[in-house]
Amino acid sequence: MNERLAGPSDAAIEFRGVSYHINDIPGRAIVSNVSLTISRGETLVLLGRSGSGKTTLLKLINRMLVPSEGQVLVEGRSTTEVDPIRLRRGIGYVIQEAGLFPHFTIAENVALVPTLEKWPSARIASRVEELLHLVGLEPAEFSSRRPRELSGGQRQRVGVARALAADPPILLMDEPFGALDPVTRAELQREFSALARRLNKTIVFVTHEIREALQFASRIALLHGGRLVALAPPQDFLRLDHSEVHAFTASLAIPSGVSE
Amino acid sequence: MTPWNFFLTHRSEILSATLDHLTLVLIAMAFAITIAVPLGMLIVEHRHLRAFALGIASVFQTIPSLALFGFLIPIPFVGGIGRRTAIVALVLYALLPILRNTYVGLTSIDPAILDAAKAMGMTATQILLRVRLPLALSIILAGIRTATVITIGVATIAAAIGAGGLGTFIFRGVAMVSDAVILAGAIPAALLALLADLLLGLVERRIKVI
Repeated sequence: MNERLAGPSDAAIEFRGVSYHINDIPGRAIVSNVSLTISRGETLVLLGRSGSGKTTLLKLINRMLVPSEGQVLVEGRSTTEVDPIRLRRGIGYVIQEAGLFPHFTIAENVALVPTLEKWPSARIASRVEELLHLVGLEPAEFSSRRPRELSGGQRQRVGVARALAADPPILLMDEPFGALDPVTRAELQREFSALARRLNKTIVFVTHEIREALQFASRIALLHGGRLVALAPPQDFLRLDHSEVHAFTASLAIPSGVSE
Repeated sequence: MTPWNFFLTHRSEILSATLDHLTLVLIAMAFAITIAVPLGMLIVEHRHLRAFALGIASVFQTIPSLALFGFLIPIPFVGGIGRRTAIVALVLYALLPILRNTYVGLTSIDPAILDAAKAMGMTATQILLRVRLPLALSIILAGIRTATVITIGVATIAAAIGAGGLGTFIFRGVAMVSDAVILAGAIPAALLALLADLLLGLVERRIKVI
């Protein structure tokens, strides 16, 4: 709880001159020299086109990848200095298509990290129930179902519940609503943005959609070709004078001939 | 003599040959599974071993079964005349389907699931035992099923090197030019193969999760 009491200026995650290249070949950099501080409790959106390096940047946080150069600090400690298993269990992770275990029930999926952490079973059961309520799924109806019996939107809710299970201070989300139909997506986006405000977690959110970025972000970090090219709160972001920002704001435009 | 008459007059002999045959198959399958499944798990991570192991297993499969039995006879410890040599040959024959299916089963899992497992803080062992293996189980079992059916058939040839089993009737029937005697070995062997296929097929469907 001590971390929560610290001031909002405190860094939860810090990138210090981070580069990442495949097979350590400097010419093929996926991420180049990124420095960025993510404050505790903020929702930082990593915005960029496909291949801009945003998912790579996300995976450097929970040490799914290790930087080729520079350092990534989580709670003040370099990710390469801490035990990766402990690090990952303290960071929630939500991906597109949820990545639920098909052979586990919904309850078992949500209970994954608490089970790995050997919580007592009564505590796990009550936590699962609480989480399913939180993401709008009735426990009595869904607990014992398998992921294949759920719709895409419901599966994604389970993915969020699973990521929150052990109450991690940091949540990583990689285009969590990207695979959903537009109506379901809008529904989940609305609910999740309300939820995120209540949870008071540090959230790093990857998307290629500027609308989604504007909806969630306390700050938007724009990536282009592996470089951080802009960083601003949503209200300032649209006014930035950078060609890649213009490219994204252009994608917001309503097609001509369609009126409100 | 009609096949039916031969069958009736020799039923206890046929039954004991069937049991011998089944024992031969079960022992060989137990060894093959014990070797191929762990080896399959190992080659998921070890790229260099992978081509080698799959290659060797494929080579065994291409050797005509009668020749394989013949090749083994002069080899010390594993060779000689009798059941031991037959079991070694049957194990070598059964390796490939199990090994290949174990490898394919463990590697054909949706990468998003493995990514999530790793990101949730599961160790490599936990991912193997709780995610990869359960999801690969029905494919591994399909390999075991194929191998069992092959082994039941190939085991009839084991009689050529004195290992007993239903092949005894087949070889005797060929020598006597008697269909009745051949069928006394061939029909039970075919029934065993069908039964094994059916039973393992049922198990496979039961454990299939997706």
